[in-house]
Amino acid sequence: MALKHKTPMLDELMKGPWPSFVTDIKRVAERKPQCDDILGLMELSYKDREGHWKHGGIVGVFGYGGGVIGRYCDRPDLFPNVAHFHTMRVNQPASKFYKTDVLRKLCDIWEEKGSGLFNFHGSTGDIILLGTTTDQLEAIFYELTHELGMDLGGSGSNMRTPEGCVGRARCEWSCLDTQDIVYDITMRYQDELHRPAFPYKFKFKVSGCPNDCVAAIARADCSIIGTWRDKIRIDQEAVRAYVGGELVPHGGADGPEKRPLDIQAEVIDKCPTKCMEWDGKNLKIWDEDCVRCMHCINIMPRALRPGEDVGATILVGSKAPILEGAQLSSVIIPFMKMEPPYEEFHEFVGKMWDWWMEHGKNRERLGELIQRLGMREFLRATDVKPDPRMVNTPRYNPYIFYDPDDVPGGWSRDPKAYRERHQP
Amino acid sequence: MPFDPNDIMKDRLTDIGPPKYDKFFPPIVKENYGKWKYHEILEPGVLLHVSETGAKLYSVRVGTARLVTVDYIREVCDIADKYCDGYLRWTTRNNIEFLITDESKLRPLIEDLKSRGNWFPIGGTGASITNIVHTQGWIHCHTPATDSSGIVKAVMDELFEYFGSHKLPAQVRIALACCLNMCGAVHCSDIAILGVHRKPPFIEHERVQNVCEIPLVIASCPTAAIKPKKVGEYKSIEINEARCMFCGNCYTMCPALPIADQDGDGIAIWVGGKVSNSRVPPMFSKLAIPYLPNEPPRWPSTVKAVKKIVEIYASDARRYERIGEWINRIGWERFFEKTGFEFRHEHIDDYRLAMTTWRTTTQFKF
Repeated sequence: MALKHKTPMLDELMKGPWPSFVTDIKRVAERKPQCDDILGLMELSYKDREGHWKHGGIVGVFGYGGGVIGRYCDRPDLFPNVAHFHTMRVNQPASKFYKTDVLRKLCDIWEEKGSGLFNFHGSTGDIILLGTTTDQLEAIFYELTHELGMDLGGSGSNMRTPEGCVGRARCEWSCLDTQDIVYDITMRYQDELHRPAFPYKFKFKVSGCPNDCVAAIARADCSIIGTWRDKIRIDQEAVRAYVGGELVPHGGADGPEKRPLDIQAEVIDKCPTKCMEWDGKNLKIWDEDCVRCMHCINIMPRALRPGEDVGATILVGSKAPILEGAQLSSVIIPFMKMEPPYEEFHEFVGKMWDWWMEHGKNRERLGELIQRLGMREFLRATDVKPDPRMVNTPRYNPYIFYDPDDVPGGWSRDPKAYRERHQP
Repeated sequence: MPFDPNDIMKDRLTDIGPPKYDKFFPPIVKENYGKWKYHEILEPGVLLHVSETGAKLYSVRVGTARLVTVDYIREVCDIADKYCDGYLRWTTRNNIEFLITDESKLRPLIEDLKSRGNWFPIGGTGASITNIVHTQGWIHCHTPATDSSGIVKAVMDELFEYFGSHKLPAQVRIALACCLNMCGAVHCSDIAILGVHRKPPFIEHERVQNVCEIPLVIASCPTAAIKPKKVGEYKSIEINEARCMFCGNCYTMCPALPIADQDGDGIAIWVGGKVSNSRVPPMFSKLAIPYLPNEPPRWPSTVKAVKKIVEIYASDARRYERIGEWINRIGWERFFEKTGFEFRHEHIDDYRLAMTTWRTTTQFKF
């Protein structure tokens, strides 16, 4: 079947060594008119240098307020097959492990009832089904839940689909059961995930160690990052093997060649707190000075491992720029054990959300609310005691918001007594 | 029971959540969960994980376009069925990892992947440029200032040699967001490609009161540039254009304020961010080039700028230095000197916290 739309500009993107989405979509466009039209629409955007999608309308499945994003093309006259082209977000299994049978079934459902286009995966982690019509939403939802045991993810002002790194499933550094924590949050807060009741979106991300492979510290309202409180485990023999050139440094990340590791220049001098020393035979680490940056462990993975008293550092508030500017998450709880049933964590989440829902303005992320009302208010609401680990430095401005409870007698004064001591 | 469109409540399942994570774990992962001892990257794109039990798991990582079809996923399934007993996973950065326990299948898998044209590039490990995380762009987003998938394709074509090799001083993470909403959260990337607007929205007065909540539109503006205004018979708004910083938030709230513009919109390039805590704390990406035009289909100015940053970094940085660490060592004055990028007023911050970025020392380089 010849395609309806000529796409000379997009065709330029069929060239080159990187996989081409144009080539991929074209082969499906042979049998699916939506794909033909979306290529035509994209070509028009390439010509106009402007997008051609209207604002989303309110569409969804019964009983949910999120998971479906309405999308309508602004040139239905030219591209009728993508006039209605809604997105469905499907909650991915934690860490995105799959078996092919479930993927094949998903493809069959999506070939029949949608465009056949996916984002594998969206930025937050969901499988994105890209393009279907309103009348197919319930049928797709039914088949997702019944055939695949899958459910929709989050969108709008709700908890967004939580995500974590590969964790203990395939990483020796993970200090957390990242999948289990993600699953616990996802299942415990299904209502918050599916029915928007928040001021704005709320994201959880879980990384097993401070390397932070899911970028939790930059893009989660609540970042859960694995860490340890005891000592880095050292295999001195393996350290000597790195220095002697018997092991490949950095786990082969700089190339597979064995070479003697310059332990002074490549490890010790790069340590942010200079908490290590090499005497030519043994590596000494002053763990009380270690800030657990992971560099030495990254460079000598066969010799060094995180400690065994593991848990999480809980940080909050990171977000992209809209509205008050980009923020990184800030330390709130330096260490939490994070073991099932995660009661301490749930309690913290409950207090955090209560405060945010009470005080947050429409479309105000948690990090912005903390900026507006102050960290003290947040700590008070969540019953967390101040800790020097929460700041880079103590304040350097003297404008402190004292509370009447902080001062003997509160804020009541005795003007008469004052004036007896001081003439006006 | 099959779905009954006339009775959607029949047998309805809701709030079941995703499949439990271990449902799709290969047996070796189930057996060695939490027991992994060390890993080694055998060659670019090929990882070996060794367990305390001695078990070995090989992962072959391939880049994807992220925007893919059912045909592509089915082909991926064919490969995983043939070599991996049907087990595979995706990474956070849109790569696929084929998981292998039988070492004898490793070479045949790699040869098979290489034989399938440009569909399955192997790489993305270690000191490489791995896949670009990105947003939707013109294929499906309603607020984009630029495209996504096409730019990613053009940039990765040009940087292809760095995907399948380990020749950089450290990993380089590139991210693309097609507007300031940044659903790709690109603000902590080694190199960020960001869609930007440069013209204030225009107001369709006759539509505003029908399609927008005016108080929400007013509240949405971070610089308080929007006020209510009666225009003839219409309840509408006015915009103090001098205060507009082109965030597009008002358009998100009100479709009667189109901000996209074929000549106003384009791309800004940011550098030096990171999220890992390794050596130095996480850092934001900082502005390198305020504006490049949208140039479909092959985006030459953007591709050239990104490549220039990568090449200068590759030749100048020390081992293990991320782009941000390299720039902090040489200084921003040297970065602009070495790249030849013009330093302009746009580079000096004038929003909240701006003064924390101004230089308050006499220490600088001539």
